Amino acid sequence: MVEKLKQELAKRPDLLAIYKIIPHDAKVLDLGCGDGIFLRLLKQEKNAKCLGLELDQESIIECIDNGVPVIHSDLNEGLKFVNNNSFDFVVLSETLQAVHRPDLLINEMLRVGKQGLISFINFGYLPSRIQLLLSGTMPETKTLPNPWYNTPNIHLATIIDFRNLCHMLGVKIVQEIPLGRGDHSFAKAMPNLFASCCVFVIAKR
Amino acid sequence: MKSPEFSSGIKIAMDSKIKDKNLVKPQDFLFGETEEDALPLDCGRKLRSVNIRYETYGKLDSDGSNAILILHALSGNAHVTGYYSDDDRKPGWWHEMVGPGRPIDTDKYFVVCSNVIGGCSGSTGPRSLNMETGKLYNMDFPVITIADMVRAQFHLMRHLKIEKWLSIVGGSMGGMQALEWATAYPDHVHSVIAIATTARLSPQGIAFDWVGREAIMTDTNWQNGEYYEKAPENGLATARMLAHITYLSDESMSRKFGRGLQETDEYSFDFTRNFAVESYLQYQGARFVERFDANSYLYITRAMDYFDISERAGGNLSAAFAEVKSSFLVVSFSSDWLFPSAQSREIVRALVNNNIEVSFCEIESSYGHDAFLLEIDTLGKMLSDFLRNRHQEWKHGRET
Repeated sequence: MVEKLKQELAKRPDLLAIYKIIPHDAKVLDLGCGDGIFLRLLKQEKNAKCLGLELDQESIIECIDNGVPVIHSDLNEGLKFVNNNSFDFVVLSETLQAVHRPDLLINEMLRVGKQGLISFINFGYLPSRIQLLLSGTMPETKTLPNPWYNTPNIHLATIIDFRNLCHMLGVKIVQEIPLGRGDHSFAKAMPNLFASCCVFVIAKR
Repeated sequence: MKSPEFSSGIKIAMDSKIKDKNLVKPQDFLFGETEEDALPLDCGRKLRSVNIRYETYGKLDSDGSNAILILHALSGNAHVTGYYSDDDRKPGWWHEMVGPGRPIDTDKYFVVCSNVIGGCSGSTGPRSLNMETGKLYNMDFPVITIADMVRAQFHLMRHLKIEKWLSIVGGSMGGMQALEWATAYPDHVHSVIAIATTARLSPQGIAFDWVGREAIMTDTNWQNGEYYEKAPENGLATARMLAHITYLSDESMSRKFGRGLQETDEYSFDFTRNFAVESYLQYQGARFVERFDANSYLYITRAMDYFDISERAGGNLSAAFAEVKSSFLVVSFSSDWLFPSAQSREIVRALVNNNIEVSFCEIESSYGHDAFLLEIDTLGKMLSDFLRNRHQEWKHGRET
């Protein structure tokens, strides 16, 4: 079972990176937790105390099937029902670009958790830039497959954009994990150009 | 099972028929015969000679890990599933949800359901005989609360030799009892499934209850509760019709009836029934008075009015849940305006604040409050998965 879960995870290098960061027995809140597979793995392998938030009813049903506690909620309404500092880690994986106000959500994450683990698709990634440059139209890629007029991804950003936002919000960037092709060596050298995705570990200053 | 012999073919056929029909027999448990054993009530009085009508389904495991208590709503009873006889055409009130191979699977779980005290379906209520006076209680029956109902159920639990419920499941008023169980008896409740319910009845709920009771108490047949030949049927039917509207939604009524006419093809220009929705309500009212008692209706609605689980903590809901040890599944329905989702979210917030494991889903449904009886597919999957995980957790610890 666990192996199967890990295989699932292998399709998402950002989640794998986040998985590695989270220590045993941590309290983890996953924003937009999907079917709960990730939390299930954390629970089983690392004895994490988990909670997921999810908007989609079908995904919630799957979370309950997976034995992961989940609360039906809309991230755009903040995390009002969660107390200050009640989690060790708050995870937001490939969801930041879909919320109405990423800045407000980041503040909320660091209100309820000690550290935020955020992964997002880097719009500064070279193939995206080339598409925009050559075709003159908004890029449609494997990770961003929707046309511009009908996409949940309403706040696309580059790695530099995100760093700037953190600076503006007074948020400390603890770690950056750029993820690209192969061994990520290009991505590490020039993240904004060669990382298709990046994980940020953030904390309050 | 023993291998069937040729000659017992008929018996096997009968057995399978009984299994198909899930025949069930209601049982009675009497307690409180002595002053010490009497049931103490929130109002300060004590109830003597308390009968609990209950039904059980399935078998209790040797390790006692599979007992589920189902709690009924305002007009429910102990008969949650199955039939009383082969000719019985009407199954229990949650038949599609509970039974062999169904979401609350009686092949796996030992399911108990009892009629609340104050009710009129076998448990002691206002139409029971008061042993001290030799007459029916009627309005002499003490005003009971949700906590009193649960205290009586605790006696039943002891009687059934159950130490801890795998889960306590209830919708609407049943959900109130489930919350009460988790706070009053934290060591005896492994998990709670609270459906379409609230931690405190809203002023809107209290208002509807008031009008329903007024309809009964202003019926001349009510006679201060001392009715014998003629029950206050008009009052009770009106109360039911009013309540029934609150169980539906604008959308479900539009879908079901529209502005359709029934019995006539055109308006009759008088005040008899014209619209399908009118006929429906009248039918619901008429059916209700055949099976429900007016005094019970007064007592049970009052118990709901008085329900506020935060009261014990000075109105602070989070503080009220401080001792809770159960994990929770909370479910609401998008079109329920009697127990709207916001009231379920209030429960969820208070549980999260106490670090209690909780899942919550607002199921998309147009059925209104009644959805908890109708959304069997979606709700059923959640319930069966939640119960399976809780059961595994109990039996094997967290590593499943």
